[in-house]
Amino acid sequence: MVSLSPKNLPAADLSADQLEQGHSLWQDAWHRLRKNKVAVIGACLLIVLGLSCALAPFFAQSYYENNLELTYAPPSADHWFGTDQLGRDLLARVLYGGRISIMVGLVASFVALVIGVSYGAIAGFFGGKTDMVMMRIVDILYALPFTIFVILLMVFLKDPMQAFDTWLGQHGMKQAQGVGKIILLFATIGAVEWLTMARIVRAQIMSVKRMEFIEAARSLGYGRSRIIFRHMVPNILGPVIVYTTLTIPSVMLLEAFLSFLGLGVDDPMSSWGKLIKDGSEKMEEYWWLLVFPGTLFSLTLFSLNFLGDGLRDALDVRSSKD
Amino acid sequence: MLGQAMLRFIARRLLETIPVIFVIITATFFMIRFVPGGPFTAEKAVPPEIQRNIDAYYHLNDPLWKQYRDYMWKICPKAFHPQELRHGPDLKAAFGMDFGPSFKYANRTVNEIITDTLPASISLGAIALIVALALGLPLGVLAAIKRNSWIDYLCSSVSMIGICVPTFVLGPMLVLVFGIYLGWFNASGWYELSDRVLPAATLGCVYAAYVARLTRGGMLEVLGQDYIRTARAKGASETRVIFKHALRGGLLPVVAFLGPAIAGIMTGSFVIETIFQIPGLGRQFVTSAFSRDYNLILGTVILYATLIIALNLVVDVVQVWLNPKLKFE
Repeated sequence: MVSLSPKNLPAADLSADQLEQGHSLWQDAWHRLRKNKVAVIGACLLIVLGLSCALAPFFAQSYYENNLELTYAPPSADHWFGTDQLGRDLLARVLYGGRISIMVGLVASFVALVIGVSYGAIAGFFGGKTDMVMMRIVDILYALPFTIFVILLMVFLKDPMQAFDTWLGQHGMKQAQGVGKIILLFATIGAVEWLTMARIVRAQIMSVKRMEFIEAARSLGYGRSRIIFRHMVPNILGPVIVYTTLTIPSVMLLEAFLSFLGLGVDDPMSSWGKLIKDGSEKMEEYWWLLVFPGTLFSLTLFSLNFLGDGLRDALDVRSSKD
Repeated sequence: MLGQAMLRFIARRLLETIPVIFVIITATFFMIRFVPGGPFTAEKAVPPEIQRNIDAYYHLNDPLWKQYRDYMWKICPKAFHPQELRHGPDLKAAFGMDFGPSFKYANRTVNEIITDTLPASISLGAIALIVALALGLPLGVLAAIKRNSWIDYLCSSVSMIGICVPTFVLGPMLVLVFGIYLGWFNASGWYELSDRVLPAATLGCVYAAYVARLTRGGMLEVLGQDYIRTARAKGASETRVIFKHALRGGLLPVVAFLGPAIAGIMTGSFVIETIFQIPGLGRQFVTSAFSRDYNLILGTVILYATLIIALNLVVDVVQVWLNPKLKFE
């Protein structure tokens, strides 16, 4: 079995390796990406949205303070996005919700990335029976309807996470309450989203495996884990980066879907999915509750997808030929 | 020769399917029982004697292996009367497959629930699929032909909207505009024919977006190939090149996508069915997982998995038919 301990992954060497091999490749990609207007606009929008969500505590109004004299106020100069049923400022709630949604998107994608790359790399490298068994498991997980899988997983992990939350509360970390639910979201979504990544990585590894430089590394007597993680994985980074950028929006969609099922974060926290769900229940009279969170959510997905497409065009070796 | 190779291919794939479905059923069976809580624990506490009676009635007290054995035996196909399917998707009458009683709906069997709710989901899904293909294919072909022109950017942006605006935003917004402000359609319900318009449009738009993107990608790939240049050099008109030569290969990615997509679309969408109050299978699917209705979960999972596997097989066959380079191994 391959050991995955950190000592087999010399991080410094890896980046030096990359710099030497891929200097011009990454520079080319960067150049191509900058010429892609839509991708640049997407990236700028993401930076603006990300910064305003990240810096929300410094300028936005409180997202949880009730103001019962100002319930369901339409958008105005004081409350740009209006207020909700408890008189809470919707702009603040959207910005704070964005923090959760974006964080879930990033962390869960990272979880999916780590699992998917390791799993796919191992299956692709060893091939034969190992590969067959590992990929059949992926096939079976694919065929399970993921809604059922996710719901069961969330129900299964709910109690331990609640215990974790109470533990946090008892140890003077009142601020951190609700973190358990978020970790639960990370784990569940990551556990579902790694399947496609594993397939992509496996296919890439299979094609890299037969190349001369791997043969050379093997003839020099390098160990398996060194060959997998130092020589093969860096060479498949392109597709992995592209697919990760495209995983983030789908993870955010999944988070929103879970919120729609009522499995998202708990009050008074907000996430975009939760705001959209609440808004869609009251939209007949209070349109702003649906329109603003929905628009911001869609804008973010837009930017991420355009950026991902731009990256794919920029990094894809095939398209660089023409 | 091709026919024989195809039949052998299908037969082998069907044989391979049996263990996969078996594993899926087994995995789901034990997974749902492994999750804490049961179908009758969420409700208010009942006296232990009654609880025992309930458990005994539904055989929940049997050892797990016995429950599993009985379940597997009951769902095994034991008859063959496909003509029974005329009256609806009744698997018990047609194949003798009995998915057992529901734990949440008194006096209802899982077979009945599926028979009652599947038609709504299928009819909604079929309209949505037509919408998706009618919108997505032309958009994708157009974008590919006019690559990097404003038409391409327009088509690609429109399809990106479909991907980035989730159904639970698009649906309520359509209701808001066409149902409430304009008053053209009912906001929700499933009675008149016109009630199908908004949900089908919502569901169709999302799939249309994916179809358009995949068509564009596939067409671009094909249009750069030598045989297209040959066709042009031989003086074939542009229309003929596109529709006769390119479209065949350009549709390959769409076909691969449509397999799982049709399975998903036919078994119903929880979000759409909730927003528009449609009595479909998608809602049963999700609520059964929440209420731990073991038999209903298993029934829907088996239905979904079988559909996915069957449609993937169809996809593989269609792909060989579309692409002469592929062969039935």
